[in-house]
Amino acid sequence: MNQSTLRWLLVLAVYGVLAWVPALPDAGGWLSLIVPMTMYIALATSWALFSGPTHYISLATAAFYGVGTYILAMGIEAVPYPLLLLIAALAGAVLAALVGWATLRLSGVYFVIFTLGLAELIRQVVTWLQNNFGGSRGKYVFTDITEAHIYWQLLALTLIVFFVGWLIQRSRLGFAIRIIGGDETVAKHSGIHVAGAKIALFMVSGAVAAVVGAILAPRFVYIEPAMAFNPQLSFMVAIMALLGGLHRLWGPLMGAIPFALVWEFIAANFPEQTTLLMGLAFLAVVFYIPNGIAGVMESWHRKLRANQEVDHG
Amino acid sequence: MQILITGILLGGVYAIIAVGLSLQYGVARIMNLALGEMLVAGAFAAFWFATAQALNPYWALLVVVPGGFIANWLIYQFLLRPLVRRAKNRGQLEVDSILATFGLSFTLVGIFLWIFGGQFFNYSFLSVPVELFDSRYGQNRVLAFAMAVLICGALWIWLNHTRSGLALRAISVDPKAASLVAIDVEKTSAFAFALGGAVAATGGLVLSTFLTFDASIGIVFTLKALIIVIMGGVGDIRGAVVAALVLGITETLVARLIDPGLTLAAAYVLFLLILLFRPQGLFGRSQS
Repeated sequence: MNQSTLRWLLVLAVYGVLAWVPALPDAGGWLSLIVPMTMYIALATSWALFSGPTHYISLATAAFYGVGTYILAMGIEAVPYPLLLLIAALAGAVLAALVGWATLRLSGVYFVIFTLGLAELIRQVVTWLQNNFGGSRGKYVFTDITEAHIYWQLLALTLIVFFVGWLIQRSRLGFAIRIIGGDETVAKHSGIHVAGAKIALFMVSGAVAAVVGAILAPRFVYIEPAMAFNPQLSFMVAIMALLGGLHRLWGPLMGAIPFALVWEFIAANFPEQTTLLMGLAFLAVVFYIPNGIAGVMESWHRKLRANQEVDHG
Repeated sequence: MQILITGILLGGVYAIIAVGLSLQYGVARIMNLALGEMLVAGAFAAFWFATAQALNPYWALLVVVPGGFIANWLIYQFLLRPLVRRAKNRGQLEVDSILATFGLSFTLVGIFLWIFGGQFFNYSFLSVPVELFDSRYGQNRVLAFAMAVLICGALWIWLNHTRSGLALRAISVDPKAASLVAIDVEKTSAFAFALGGAVAATGGLVLSTFLTFDASIGIVFTLKALIIVIMGGVGDIRGAVVAALVLGITETLVARLIDPGLTLAAAYVLFLLILLFRPQGLFGRSQS
């Protein structure tokens, strides 16, 4: 048995344990904490799949998420649920492809700006459509999906995201994207389709965010544009992934768990100061932990190992 | 005709903000996403002068211009200069400065919310109609437009007809070559960044004389300024002014004819068209 299979078995074992959370006594309280956390892990990890190697900061998460939410809300009465998740994934990927096609051939600044306003743009259009053609502003979602179902789906989704990320790292696409991140001119000259590779990765992260939106829609019962396309989500996901570190697949996980916990505390105790604290968190990450928690852990690990070698020698 | 003039009057104010961003991004090479918050700070200063002091809000210029200049100079020196020094390449600096200025933007919005609260602010200043081409416009808007012409014109003359302006343009073309001809790049960049911030804060002051604002509106104007700068070509004042007028007219058209809720969507359509067909800007030359 090689190391990689061992690692996957370990991951599956952890998942096996986590899947039992809904069976705990007082499961409701645990779930209300762990469902957002699992959601952020899925979003931040898939965000980093694209933004990590390419250095493009995407703020479109809220747009994809909102699209997913709306697809579920519109289709829940007519279309079977699993098919809706598939449609959401496709829609997220198509939207990402369109945005990527328009902006990813240009420099990073254009991309950030475009994604920054994308959620707001779609929100305006959806609101306008609903006001003029839809009758009402919001939409009710009634299903028999419980919090535990949502949790299991998110858990499965994170597993898929990790697996896809692992596959990409080992594939030609992952290799190509690492070269692009290192030096785009070199990548171009060695025959890599630079824009194509970037768009492909962006589509993966767009599809995941849309599916997350669709999975979580039943949790909110009433769906309206301002909530579905909340730009704060984009920033939360970006800061969590950056805090964790983008250069490792497990990095965003290390950021999402503590940040989600701290945020829960902040939102409960200082609801007035969330914007201020989020800004300070951004500044702290950029100035003090540019390689994220994963980077810090790795440097400790290296130091520890160096010390051990000195002791033994 | 009325839509056209309203749009031009609005576009003039957009031009002030965009010129501020153009100075910061074109010369200092920092994409400052906290620029909109400078604007909001200027607007709050004008609001305070107009309501608490019952003075003409333009008196706030005395505070806003030096205040904006010093604040942005400090931001550049203490927040952004370390990032410029740390960055190994242009891409790294871009990512770092985007994240840092986002952090700054949120922090400032947080502070504004703390001090002023989340409600909307406006005050009445010169809301007397004035007749132009058979229709009526607010005097405050016309005055705001005149301010825009004054500011953009002064900056254009300074950049194109003085020695210090030439130094700024040299850096925007190539910082390395500029340092070879004895231009102090760091100092001049800091100056351009500070000036850009002061211009944007002035834009906020002007804007507040006729527009309702709140603590978190800055990001909308940052976005618009970015769209204008990209449309006009980075570091090109003339292009920025034309692009600002185009945006002002388009937004007014959409707001009047379709729905006021779709102004950002209109700005985005323009942005997309530029990205697809003229990514180097309206007047820019293709680089590669």
